[in-house]
Amino acid sequence: MGTRKKRRAVVDAGACVACGCCAKVCPVSAIEVWRGIRAVVNGEVCVGCGRCERECPASVIELQEVQP
Amino acid sequence: MKKRWYDYLWIVELTYLALGFFNILFAWLGLLFFFIPLIISAVRGTKGYCNHYCGRGQVFGLLGGRFGLSRKKDIPKWMRSKWFRYGFLIFFFIMFFQMLWNTYLVFAGVQDLRQAVTLLWTFKLPWHWAYHGTLLHPGVAQFAFGFYSVMLTSTVLGLVTMVLFKPRSWCVYCPMGTMTQLICKARGGKG
Repeated sequence: MGTRKKRRAVVDAGACVACGCCAKVCPVSAIEVWRGIRAVVNGEVCVGCGRCERECPASVIELQEVQP
Repeated sequence: MKKRWYDYLWIVELTYLALGFFNILFAWLGLLFFFIPLIISAVRGTKGYCNHYCGRGQVFGLLGGRFGLSRKKDIPKWMRSKWFRYGFLIFFFIMFFQMLWNTYLVFAGVQDLRQAVTLLWTFKLPWHWAYHGTLLHPGVAQFAFGFYSVMLTSTVLGLVTMVLFKPRSWCVYCPMGTMTQLICKARGGKG
């Protein structure tokens, strides 16, 4: 049986503009803007749906596969 | 997702832009869009304004998202670079102070009131229909014309990048966004 690898959103912290567009679309509130500086992902909660990746106006979020 | 009251602030932004067509003095209200984000970042150390209350961002989000007026392509890397973001902030500052200087000249009586809105720092659009005289000094109106020029110019730039790239591409190089992020950084991440 094939298993889909778990994915999660990863933010390029240095390039993040902290606009918060990602947090607005996250269905599980796994991403938030930390102290007005950058977006931070809660890896425990992120389901890797990719909505933040599509939304990010600076395109600094990408989905990466995580090792189980 | 449940809508909050601040999800409707796009109405405030559109109303603001519309009012400038009827009476330019309403442009003064735009100072709120400058001071509120600065105060939030300085006092609370967050970009709460960008994150929740920015009506302009919501307008771009709606037009580019729900109305499908955006190509939804990635913004070029150079446009999200620190060079461009900080460079645009400095350029914006210079143009803003030039506008303040012009206002000062009218207050000082050196220059006459120019009833025009300058788009993209270049094109002078006649705007006399939105000025009906004022009991106050003409300098008050000059500031309104200048400030509305700033607001309209940034809206037009934002609309262009909304169409070309992702809906809220303006947020990447918005001078207020860059400035509030810098303030938050200067606070050393202390919330």
